[in-house]
Amino acid sequence: MSDSAHDDDHVYLSLAEGHDDGSDARWAFGTGFEDPLHGVDTTVPEGVDPVELAATCVELADDALVSAQRLAEWCTRAPELEEEVALANIGLDLLGQARLLYARAGQVDGTGRGEDAYAYFRDADDFRNVTLAELPIGDFAFSVARLLVLSSWRLAHFERLAAHQDPVLAAIAAKGAKELTYHRQYAAEWAVRLGDGTEESRRRMRTAFDQVTPNLDELFTAYDVRSEVVEVLRQVTEAAGLTLPPVPPAPGAGRDGRHTGHLVPLLAELQSVARAHPEATW
Amino acid sequence: MVSVTATAAEDVRRALSIAERVPDPELPMLTLADLGVLRGVEVTGDGTVVASLTPTYSGCPAMAEMRAGVATRLRAAGYARVEIRTVLDPPWTSDWITPEGRRKLTEHGIAPPAAAPRGPVTLSLLPTRRTVPCPRCGSADTEETSRFAATSCKALWRCRACREPFEYVKEI
Repeated sequence: MSDSAHDDDHVYLSLAEGHDDGSDARWAFGTGFEDPLHGVDTTVPEGVDPVELAATCVELADDALVSAQRLAEWCTRAPELEEEVALANIGLDLLGQARLLYARAGQVDGTGRGEDAYAYFRDADDFRNVTLAELPIGDFAFSVARLLVLSSWRLAHFERLAAHQDPVLAAIAAKGAKELTYHRQYAAEWAVRLGDGTEESRRRMRTAFDQVTPNLDELFTAYDVRSEVVEVLRQVTEAAGLTLPPVPPAPGAGRDGRHTGHLVPLLAELQSVARAHPEATW
Repeated sequence: MVSVTATAAEDVRRALSIAERVPDPELPMLTLADLGVLRGVEVTGDGTVVASLTPTYSGCPAMAEMRAGVATRLRAAGYARVEIRTVLDPPWTSDWITPEGRRKLTEHGIAPPAAAPRGPVTLSLLPTRRTVPCPRCGSADTEETSRFAATSCKALWRCRACREPFEYVKEI
């Protein structure tokens, strides 16, 4: 055997060489991914209510999955190739967080379901994502404003969750927080660039902040991180030469399963292949 | 002739040396050990080799290949029972890329990461002055073109001196 990795021409070859379960299934994109928590200790610590823990995981996973789907819609549509790659990368991080969280939910809620059951085989009424995540992508400024809000909110909450009693959720949050820091930075820089740019970009950025603020109260009803998020939004709008519009009271809807009409078509697209070919493997 | 029975320690060392050499699917110039994602190898009482891996990013699509790569190499080396564990805590940091890994990255035109920040990072909107030396010509006259590149772990930079674009492994 060679000592060097350089002469390994086929780093993907091992994927075609069978799986741990001895089945003929081969790893591929689509359904039938391996368990993202493969080999992680599944014990739920004493004092943690498994039903509550599963619900927490599903809420956070739904936010991430729906956001990732919206971000992916920018592929081939972003203003520049670099932004398309950035938005897809951010979506990929969120998709990864969703997978881990769904897997954890399935371990603890007593159903033993895998991630696909949550992502592909639940209807809109069962999704618990905040409604801001499901709104259409709008223009680039709107997607930037939404990303800024959602990443700041999720980051503030993840920083607290990193001390959660459940070590798996705590670890997912600690890791996700590092990724969200990059997402927030990206969105904040674009908000400043657009707000402090041309007359047109400034108009669009101002409009985008007007559009997202009515959804803020729903986020703060879900997680009490208002001061952290508002502080970030003030910092960004100030640097962009804009003012943060007042935040009207609008308590939660998405967390109760009440969604806008935009979630159903989003899920129809997301779930179509998996539902047409349930249990398919490649 | 003395019978050659591998002691437990030798067995672990042998399994480790096999797992260590598995290449990363996205950065094949690096081994999983160079990248710092191989967190350990043990051999249990019944001879099962347990290899622990940690993902670089939550959504890293290469995790399945990494698991399959390690398991396949170990089986090929004669270990009948192989178990791969995912370790989430502590989370991977780019600080775990070894000096050897950093050398190989540079050799392949990829700038290795600076030291990762410790603890929560506050949002900064001030112009940042940072230097990522060009891995090709060494010039410090470089600029970031995109914070996100072909894989989660990299950013896109370019060198103003030699005009070449290059990738930079992000600090995280």
